[in-house]
Amino acid sequence: MTQMKESNRENVKTSEMTMIQAINDGMRLLLEEDSRTIILGEDIGKNGGVFRATEGLQEQFGAHRVVDTPLSESGIIGTSIGLAVNGFKPIAEMQFLGFIYPAYEQIMTHVSRLRMRSMSRFTVPMVIRAPYGAGIRAPEIHSDSTESLFTHMPGIKVVCPSNPYDAKGLLIAAMEDPDPVLVLETMKNYRSKREEVPVGKYTVEIGKGKIVREGTDVTLIAWGAMISVAEKAAEQAQQHGISCEIIDLRTLYPIDRDIIAQSVQKTTRAVIIHEAHQTGGLGNDLVSIINDTAFLYLRAPIERVTGFDVPVPFFTLEEHYLPTPARVIEGIEKVVHF
Amino acid sequence: MEQNYPIKRIIDDTGMIVDASFEEQINEKLVKELYYNMQRIRTYDRKSINLQRQGRLGTYAPFEGQEAAQVGSALALQADDWVFPTYRDHGATLTFGKSMARTFLYWNGRVEGCIPPTGRNIFPPAVPIATQLPHAAGAAWAEKLKGTKNASIAYFGDGATSEGDFHEGLNFASVFKVPVVFFNQNNGYAISVPMEKQMNSATIAQKSVAYGIPGIRIDGNDCLAVYFETKKAFEHARNGHGPTLIEAVTWRKGAHTTADDPSKYRPDKQGENIVDPMVRMELFMKNYGYWDEKWIQEMTDKIIREVESAVEEMENFPAPNVEDVFDHVFAEMPAQLAEQKEAYLAHLERR
Repeated sequence: MTQMKESNRENVKTSEMTMIQAINDGMRLLLEEDSRTIILGEDIGKNGGVFRATEGLQEQFGAHRVVDTPLSESGIIGTSIGLAVNGFKPIAEMQFLGFIYPAYEQIMTHVSRLRMRSMSRFTVPMVIRAPYGAGIRAPEIHSDSTESLFTHMPGIKVVCPSNPYDAKGLLIAAMEDPDPVLVLETMKNYRSKREEVPVGKYTVEIGKGKIVREGTDVTLIAWGAMISVAEKAAEQAQQHGISCEIIDLRTLYPIDRDIIAQSVQKTTRAVIIHEAHQTGGLGNDLVSIINDTAFLYLRAPIERVTGFDVPVPFFTLEEHYLPTPARVIEGIEKVVHF
Repeated sequence: MEQNYPIKRIIDDTGMIVDASFEEQINEKLVKELYYNMQRIRTYDRKSINLQRQGRLGTYAPFEGQEAAQVGSALALQADDWVFPTYRDHGATLTFGKSMARTFLYWNGRVEGCIPPTGRNIFPPAVPIATQLPHAAGAAWAEKLKGTKNASIAYFGDGATSEGDFHEGLNFASVFKVPVVFFNQNNGYAISVPMEKQMNSATIAQKSVAYGIPGIRIDGNDCLAVYFETKKAFEHARNGHGPTLIEAVTWRKGAHTTADDPSKYRPDKQGENIVDPMVRMELFMKNYGYWDEKWIQEMTDKIIREVESAVEEMENFPAPNVEDVFDHVFAEMPAQLAEQKEAYLAHLERR
């Protein structure tokens, strides 16, 4: 199987896909190329998943490989551990990140810890996919963005693509990883845009962020659905003569510290944007990274534009919870005019 | 409901055969193997308590009283099966082939104690309650998908049946009809909480009805009953008929752990009328001509030597390596973790 670096994207056959199609395409390839791949989840088989991420896969690969499980998050993750340790490569779908909590014990105590507890005798190479985030007028509880509950866990990697290309590349990288990876998929971006995505196999390296907009005055750090918020804010800031650089973090653990250090050393200012609650949010780790790597370059205290320390509100009020371009602009102005 | 799940026994408290179903399979080799392993794990267990009292082991979870349940079930396994124990099932894992020195090491705070010998699929003991049941179902599922005849066994206690993962594990296993034996040791207490406060059902075996799988209730202090009934459940599993729930009714003679005082919650004399599983086996062996004083003496000496040499191996094991704290979290250490490790090792150097 040839692997493609991002640098030679130009020479390969591509097809226009939404993020959900790219994820579906990635899983299809993984099922095709390795008979050990098995997908487990609720309503993922016959129904093709509530977001159609697994559409057509059971039809193509059979009910023993694309498995409609009982409604049982801990059971899905717990049995996936047994499958992974015994030679299979499970992709476990949590229907929504807000419903992952029954499986939290399995992930915290076993998925992430089995390698350590057995000195690498037993390992859990599995992928957990979970749609996350607010802004699609979903019913309550469906809109959580609790990534830091998992980045705090030693032994599991967390990735969060914002676009179709990264979604497929990170999913395949996650499956190739010898350790468990949680893939957080922003529901807001599932169908928000189409782009050309290679039809074959490629990976996006876990642990590497990406500069998605170059700038000189301030670094905006975001991921998932917040990338488009950052982009809109950067456009508006440009009109006021402020040049924003945007880092799409893409991997939330382990964080790409170098890309942050280099960018902030250059721009000397930073605004961190995430939709998760502020206290205990990943933004605080990013502040620490900047503190460790770019403190003496800073011309202003770092700003955080985040969700509040409240449960994600019911959808008629969710726009007040989520960071908006207008709030990001205020953050940008604050650091630029400090 | 209790009458639907009568406790199956092969030998009674006086060591007489009361159920002849398996009589033709009972022979000297088997009887001696069962007794030898019970003696072996009891010697290990008592030694561990002593070592803990002398400060040579950490907190220890004893299993005295449950030897028949653990040995009988473990000897029913085949070499390639998967074992998912709790922290009180080291009698079973020792019988299945876990190293005794490593088992001591586990209780001495050493992660090396979780590692089974090559070729033996023994999971690190489950410390939270019931989380191993879905693991056992998953590993068994993998065997089914591979088309082997291997199976899993999940050990768990009476308290575990109150956890969600008990249900999730049994439900998955029954829906996908995977080869797993759910082996419950109902030892009367979950730390301090007796069975009647743990559940409103008279038996644990009856919970099998909810999953449409066989549930059997056996005398967990009758090693022969445990052995043959577990074997039967494994045959059922290996032949593609799915899981079985076994309730082995037994008795935790000692404390929950060496840090626990059961006199605070268990009435005086409770359990005194329960005939010890080893005494029962001894009576049986004497009744049926299997008792051989010379063999007993030789076996006892051999076990004492083994235990002493395992203690020695444990105590002479290379000192724990601080790098192990960092080295087995990921296959490849992330940069920030490598930095933490390096900084800490440098700190140690400076001390």
